[in-house]
Amino acid sequence: MRVERLQVWFGDRHVLRDVSIDVPALSVLAVIGPSGCGKSTFLRCLNRMHELVPGARVDGGVFLDGGNLYARGIDPVQLRRRVGMVFQRPNPFPTMSVYDNVAAGLRLNGFRGDLDEIVAHCLVQAALWDEVKDRLRHSALSLSGGQQQRLCIARALAVEPEVLLMDEPASALDPIATAKIEELMHELKERYTIVIVTHNMQQAARVSDRTAFFYMGELVETGPTEKIFTNPHEQRTEDYVTGKFG
Amino acid sequence: MAATHTDKTYEVELKDLREKLLVMGGKVEAAIAASVRSVTERDSDLALKVQANDLEVNRLEVEVDGACRRLLALRQPAGSDLRFITTALKIVTDLERMGDLAVNIAERAIDLAQAPPLRPLHDLSSLAELVQAQLKKALDAFVERDAAKAEEVMKGDEIVDALYLKIFNELLALMMEDSRAIRRATAVMFSAKHLERFGDHTINLAEMVIYMVRGTDVRHPRSRVPSNK
Repeated sequence: MRVERLQVWFGDRHVLRDVSIDVPALSVLAVIGPSGCGKSTFLRCLNRMHELVPGARVDGGVFLDGGNLYARGIDPVQLRRRVGMVFQRPNPFPTMSVYDNVAAGLRLNGFRGDLDEIVAHCLVQAALWDEVKDRLRHSALSLSGGQQQRLCIARALAVEPEVLLMDEPASALDPIATAKIEELMHELKERYTIVIVTHNMQQAARVSDRTAFFYMGELVETGPTEKIFTNPHEQRTEDYVTGKFG
Repeated sequence: MAATHTDKTYEVELKDLREKLLVMGGKVEAAIAASVRSVTERDSDLALKVQANDLEVNRLEVEVDGACRRLLALRQPAGSDLRFITTALKIVTDLERMGDLAVNIAERAIDLAQAPPLRPLHDLSSLAELVQAQLKKALDAFVERDAAKAEEVMKGDEIVDALYLKIFNELLALMMEDSRAIRRATAVMFSAKHLERFGDHTINLAEMVIYMVRGTDVRHPRSRVPSNK
């Protein structure tokens, strides 16, 4: 995935300024920065979720497999199947069972194959299968927060995306559930390209191959995660990772 | 000057660690000077003092180690803080070892004071002054985060080695001339060797200062594995 000269305005506010970055396939990119730096906006632009915000305007391009996601004729709904998203708070469909949550996307697409097999496969990939295999027909809300979040990951995987966007996926979870999500990310990056936004710098350091630091709508620096956390190039990055901001 | 940490307690903890290292460095500097003086001036009391003072250096080593462990566990340092703390963890071992070398020289001083004087030991004093100045410079480079100064320290080691070799050769000649001097000359030779080792530890320190400041590892350039990044 490649982002070129991305600019975003919400009304008069210029919230992302000229961001260009490569996201290597089958790796994890962590996006860090203080609140309001534009990192969530950046993430949302990668599958055009920001279009749901009134007054949002975008310039520049996001390329996946060479094609611009902002090109005329690209259906944002189709696009979001290729670029899936997991949110801060687990948001399973509350009235649906565990099984139906995973199957929902496929049913919407009019899928006619073996749903059982795909649902099981996605739950295995999301490291949830062993915990829910005997309660597939139970309500999704009967699961713990961490299980619900992994269910949302399974739901996102069901439509076979290429890229998985994660917006603070573990910030509402306890440390054990967080560790499971982080462990899962290590496994998922063998099949998917992952971009994660996190406030937790140690989490960024643990899960990512590359890290991007945003500040006031700008991409200040991006590089191998080890470099960003041991010897960043930019003073602003250094100040942020060492805790010298505001 | 760079910004300070938002968390002031963290700032203070890092400052305390830096100060502890400097106190330790100062004590080692004083120890090496006193140990060589105890040899040249045949002063056993001074030698005993060097030995006693080393306990303080050892205690500081344990304290610095503990402070580094605490910072790593509780603060999860990154960037230049991480480089500073890992540097502290490494140079504290060098400093402690340097304190031991001063003690080793003081032990020789006690032996030598009990035997007849060998001959004026000007070069040994010069070598001691040299390695002490090198350590002082390395510690300054550490405090001032001055990598260029640390590089000067690294270059200075050639002079240390040359002077050591001169002393070595002179003592060798002396032992060949007069076999009764062998025991005493060996003690002086050991002292010189300890000073030379002291200088080597200073180089380790300077190398770590360069890492701390620039983030580049300048150690062992010939055995470097090419980076894949």
